[in-house]
Amino acid sequence: MKFSHESIEINAGLLIVLTLVAISIGGLVEIVPLFYIPGTIEKVDGVRPYTPLEQAGRDIYTREGCYLCHSQMIRPFRDEKLRFGHYSLAAESQYDHPFQWGSKRTGPDLARVGKKYSNAWHVQHLKAPRSVVPESIMPNYPWLLENTLNYSDMADRMRALKKVGVPYSETSAEYQANVEKFGKAKADLFNINLADENLLAQARAENFDGDRSRLTEMDALVAYLQVLGTMVDFSQYDEGYFAEFR
Amino acid sequence: MTDKQTDNAVQTTGHAWDGDLQEFNNPLPRWWIWAFYASVAFALIYWILYPVWPVGHDYTKGVLTVSYESNGKTVTQHWNTRAKYIEDMQTGEESLKQKAYLDKVVNASYAAILSDPDMMAFTRSIGKGLFGDNCAACHGSGGNGVIGKFPNLVDDSWLWGGTVEDIHATISDGHRGFMPAFRETLNDEELEQVANYVLSLSGQAVDKEQVAAGDKIFNGQKGGCHYCHTHQAKGMKSVGSANLTDAIWSIADVPDASDPKGKLEAVEQVIRNGVQRRMPAWRDRLTPEQIKLLAVYVHELGGGK
Ligand code: HEC
Ligand code: HEC
Ligand code: HEC
Repeated sequence: MKFSHESIEINAGLLIVLTLVAISIGGLVEIVPLFYIPGTIEKVDGVRPYTPLEQAGRDIYTREGCYLCHSQMIRPFRDEKLRFGHYSLAAESQYDHPFQWGSKRTGPDLARVGKKYSNAWHVQHLKAPRSVVPESIMPNYPWLLENTLNYSDMADRMRALKKVGVPYSETSAEYQANVEKFGKAKADLFNINLADENLLAQARAENFDGDRSRLTEMDALVAYLQVLGTMVDFSQYDEGYFAEFR
Repeated sequence: MTDKQTDNAVQTTGHAWDGDLQEFNNPLPRWWIWAFYASVAFALIYWILYPVWPVGHDYTKGVLTVSYESNGKTVTQHWNTRAKYIEDMQTGEESLKQKAYLDKVVNASYAAILSDPDMMAFTRSIGKGLFGDNCAACHGSGGNGVIGKFPNLVDDSWLWGGTVEDIHATISDGHRGFMPAFRETLNDEELEQVANYVLSLSGQAVDKEQVAAGDKIFNGQKGGCHYCHTHQAKGMKSVGSANLTDAIWSIADVPDASDPKGKLEAVEQVIRNGVQRRMPAWRDRLTPEQIKLLAVYVHELGGGK
């Protein structure tokens, strides 16, 4: 039988394969060029991978499903700027796996919530949102203060992220590359071999949950929330600089 | 049935399934065809106007342009949502409407703003939005705060001063409210004595003997409370210490206590545990204009002293 409309229509397997090919062309044409057009990720200073403690907090953020109510993507519109701050850059989520852009805003966008509130506020708000914001419909997360942070597999988690492109270092060559890219102080934080020490040191130094005697999941989550959107110093860039990348 | 169908059939695809199952091959409705051609034409025009096609390591930028001010120069660049956003921030309808007022408020002195009903109306409406977005999470949407945690801003009693300039400094630079914990320095008896003294300052009924002993602790070396709260106990705005002579409580939850014992316990708790609170600094997050508007707004919340 000659290859014809009919031969596709009567062969379910072939029909499925060819349908998939046809619809993926649309997606591929839109997505693939973004990987090789250099301006996709804006050239900007300050964006770095998360420290082990922040990354542990990020994992709790995903575990608790915070993304179901909170986006992390400020769009370039006047009303969003006035409420949340500068629009989000692609560069700012380059080390996010999986990204937390989200598409549902039951609560406010969190892309720039870092440093907006005090640690004490976050702790109180996560424990019992209505004790500080009476109108809130956000759930209580009291267990974050009760659960001791489990970081036994932190190095493995960093190794997994390294596989998908986050520049955590394991060999001395990788470490040297990080020193050049981020400076020595930062590069030390991204060293997988020092994951546990770094995590403990940051928790001890900043005491996010206000209780020095324990390392809780709250410490990690607040560390993560407090760094969101704070890496880029926008005052360094001219108005319009980021508009050139689109 | 079958006969009728074959009679009226316009055309079939020629396929036959299960013997007699056929497929009509009618032309598409006219309106549909035209909508299809129109969308093709739309796409072609879109390709010319907007950034669309990847070409090597670049992409076609489209012929539309957007102009805005950057660093004192006018920049004209290809259309994209980011450029459009800058244009909207600078010359959009809403922005221009606000700008007229903003310029007026920014250049006016506080005294002039406070006495001009027009500028005050603007300040109140913008201030309410700014307060809701940035301050309400802690101070409450009406500014009532949470006793013990975040101060009430509507009671016209201020830790760090209530002039517009003071409030401006508070918002811009933030504050750390700090009082040491006395659980190591004072024993239970002394705590009770000094708490009695503190309550007596705002005219609460208390034990006279205890008050006399508490006075010594408060104003002497033992407690040293007067270093921060002053001998008059009116507080000092340079360290943000509370005025203890008014019946307004920022941290000790005295108003909620039902009996004298509860009031004592509330005050003792503050003295025992000390206070550590932080008001964030807003100078990096809000523009100078926004901080100025907020300072006037918050000043008004407190009744404006
Ligand atoms: C059911 C939806 C919902 C979920 C799930 C949720 N939130 Fe919220 N969140 C809200 C709402 C609504 C608000 C606004 C009211 C308030 O401040 O509580 C809010 C506010 C916030 C704010 C303050 C934002 C601001 O700028 O004022 C933070 C921070 C926050 N949430 C963090 C979290 C974290 C972390 C999680 C996961 C542990 C989480 N939320 C889960 C609904 C939710
Ligand atoms: C993270 C919570 C938090 C947020 C958000 C916050 N504040 Fe505060 N604010 C505080 C705390 C805590 C204090 C008390 C500081 C102290 O103990 O001395 C305070 C104190 C103040 C005071 C001084 C009160 C006095 O009695 O002197 C003013 C004025 C004030 N805040 C205004 C604002 C404004 C305006 C905003 C929004 C731009 C804001 N605050 C946002 C926590 C917050
Ligand atoms: C180092 C300075 C300092 C010393 C010493 C100090 N205080 Fe305070 N006190 C403060 C400050 C600052 C506040 C307000 C804290 C805030 O707003 O964050 C305060 C608040 C209070 C309050 C709460 C008032 C309210 O409105 O709820 C009481 C009560 C109090 N102090 C009593 C005392 C007593 C009694 C002593 C001595 C035993 C004492 N303080 C010593 C700085 C001090």
